[in-house]
Amino acid sequence: MSTVVTGTKGADRAAVGPPSGAGRPRPAARLRHRLTVLAFIGPALAGLVIFFVYPLIAAVWFSFNRVDLINPPQWVGLANWRFLLHDLNVRHAAANTLWFIAVMVPARIIGAMVTAMLLNRVKRGRGVFRTLFYLPALAPPVVATLAFVSLLKPGTGPVNTLLAKVGIEGPLWFSSPDWAKPALVLLALWGIGDLMIIFVAALLDVPAELYEAASLDGAGPWQRFRNVTLPSISPVVLFAAVTGVIATLQYFTQAAVAASVASGDAVTGGGISGTFGYPEGSTFTYPLWLYTVGFRNGLLGYSSVLAVVLFVVAISVTLVLLRRFNAFVGGVR
Amino acid sequence: MPPRMFRRIVVLIIAAALVTAGCTPGTGSPTAAATAPEPTGTVEFWHQFTDRESREIASVVKDFEAKYPKVKVNITDGQDDDKTLQAIGAGNGPDLAQSFSTDRVGKFCSSGAWVDLKTYIERDKVDLNKIPPTVRSYTEFRGKRCSMPFLADAYGFYYNSTMLTAAGYSAPPKTLSELTAMTKALTKRRADGTIERAGFLPQFGFYEFSPAHMAPATGASWFTTDGKSAIGSDPAWKEIMQWQKELVDWYGYKNLAKFTASLGDEWSADHAFHKGQVAMMIDGEWRVAFIRDQAKDLEFGTAPMPVADSKAGRYGAGYVTGNIIGVSRTAKNPEAAWALIRYLTTDTAAVAKLANAIKNVPTTTDALAAATELRADPQFKVFLDIFDNPQSTTMPASAVGTAVEETFSQFLATWQSGSATDMNAGLSDVDKQVDQLIQLAG
Repeated sequence: MSTVVTGTKGADRAAVGPPSGAGRPRPAARLRHRLTVLAFIGPALAGLVIFFVYPLIAAVWFSFNRVDLINPPQWVGLANWRFLLHDLNVRHAAANTLWFIAVMVPARIIGAMVTAMLLNRVKRGRGVFRTLFYLPALAPPVVATLAFVSLLKPGTGPVNTLLAKVGIEGPLWFSSPDWAKPALVLLALWGIGDLMIIFVAALLDVPAELYEAASLDGAGPWQRFRNVTLPSISPVVLFAAVTGVIATLQYFTQAAVAASVASGDAVTGGGISGTFGYPEGSTFTYPLWLYTVGFRNGLLGYSSVLAVVLFVVAISVTLVLLRRFNAFVGGVR
Repeated sequence: MPPRMFRRIVVLIIAAALVTAGCTPGTGSPTAAATAPEPTGTVEFWHQFTDRESREIASVVKDFEAKYPKVKVNITDGQDDDKTLQAIGAGNGPDLAQSFSTDRVGKFCSSGAWVDLKTYIERDKVDLNKIPPTVRSYTEFRGKRCSMPFLADAYGFYYNSTMLTAAGYSAPPKTLSELTAMTKALTKRRADGTIERAGFLPQFGFYEFSPAHMAPATGASWFTTDGKSAIGSDPAWKEIMQWQKELVDWYGYKNLAKFTASLGDEWSADHAFHKGQVAMMIDGEWRVAFIRDQAKDLEFGTAPMPVADSKAGRYGAGYVTGNIIGVSRTAKNPEAAWALIRYLTTDTAAVAKLANAIKNVPTTTDALAAATELRADPQFKVFLDIFDNPQSTTMPASAVGTAVEETFSQFLATWQSGSATDMNAGLSDVDKQVDQLIQLAG
């Protein structure tokens, strides 16, 4: 019995199907192929489902329940979501987090890029300098923050002592609501090694002939940077921006530790979170409120609302960045 | 999206939701046996004490093990409430846990993280009348007794005797206006106006100067009779805030912030009172032991805290709180855990030994009488009297743990710095936030 292939559908299948003469795979072979594929992607898929999909769906479910981690969830409808509209702390915490996104993320990107460009110009001891600038990124965040609070301690800290020797009255740093956030940005700048090393690699990948051509066309340093360097390393800038925004939306450890140490350990109950936000709530970030309301006040349902909002914001900002960045890179080119 | 793909995603979501519902904690909770069994087996005991105090706890636990040789107690010190609650929620909590924070009692009781001890107490005929009423009140919530008092703390007034004498004072202040006057007399400033030595530090949130610890000065209340926030409506809070702000402004908030930022940690030997950088302060009774341990040459005295001029009759009262201890919902050996709690909180010799060693206030009337070493110590006896004073106050339990005082403290931080100027509007916001949080907790 012979089969005559006619019509578009059959032609399409023939065009994209297995080589001529192989025919359609038998069901057993197809199943074996699928199981093989599943076996390879299984571990990654399991990780994705257990550590991403399940917590995400659980957070959405919990946001409509009263949850205290001790008892089964109790359905409360939209009560948790309604409180979001009246919660005074969330506005304040979100404003602080936005400040960090607006200042810390660009500062880190620009700091890492400039450092990488300077390091690439160094002729001798380049490896030593790269190592020196990268090392702070290896310091655990808690230790680094403790060290920074000690360095910047007003009155007795070495930074203000040095400033005083040259006639400058140092600020109160982590004890001043005006300076606490900038002090945390300084801490973040100190640890730019992780980004810097990526920029170093990206800058080395920029073809030298592009710079030569630009120079022959009379381009100055700024024009070479604007029209050659920046478009060439734009994927790295995009990566730094997206990961920077997501990390800053989750900014927790440094703000918590700095506030706790600088506050003088005020007592309002067991646990570190009594001192979150010191001074005057200036370092009180969105994740700190999420943690406080969930694990300290026991309102896991409401903290799930905050987590879902955080996720939606992170996704939205990422999408916006991707779109805007494509437009930006396209414009440059 | 192809219909088949859509169906797969829906199935995945439903499966995840079912798993979520299934993976939440169960409702099981230990209950007392009909008759008290002989305690046996291993008991996991988490507490928050560290260093010297932790060693003293271990010593009394050894006495317990000697009395009940079939029980082995594994102690984990330096834990905090957040960790304990998370462990209990995850099903890996200890058999019994201790907390420094009585404002967590509401949370422990209402959530059931700590089990109701009523059946154990009734079965073993524990006489709760031997525990003072204030202490009984902060160890239960809405009629549920899920914790027992594990020593108490009383807050009073500490002063540097040498500095007071040098300034011509023979006694500590009894009213807030006297405290203000003495603060001004004892404070030393440098030529540029910055503080070299503070008479008294009125900065909310620094060391032990907190709204809860100041409440006894005016008798300020936290909740109305219907369980709503009374912070904005009770004029006693405004009286404290106005007095405090005047003193802060006298120092200059920036001067004060700069000075406190340069001081040593509260729990270190560099504490400002130990170092003579502060002449007077409010603190708990435990500071007596810390000073004698870490600042042996310091000449100091203790007294009840100063009270509002308009409420002179309150002098002698103070803030009373304490440690609490309870059986976890996930306890694997609840009977032995209860036996240890009973020993640590009602055995007169054990309570008195601990109180004498840690320099905390004993929580049973028998142990108060038996703690002769503490009674003979004039600096410590002040705190025993504060503890006995019927006008002493405590932080009432609430279903949202520390949220009440923390919300208030957030506003106070902006109030004292001058960045918030409308006291009534700020307090009204505090009330709203607290009431909504309580409503959310159910």
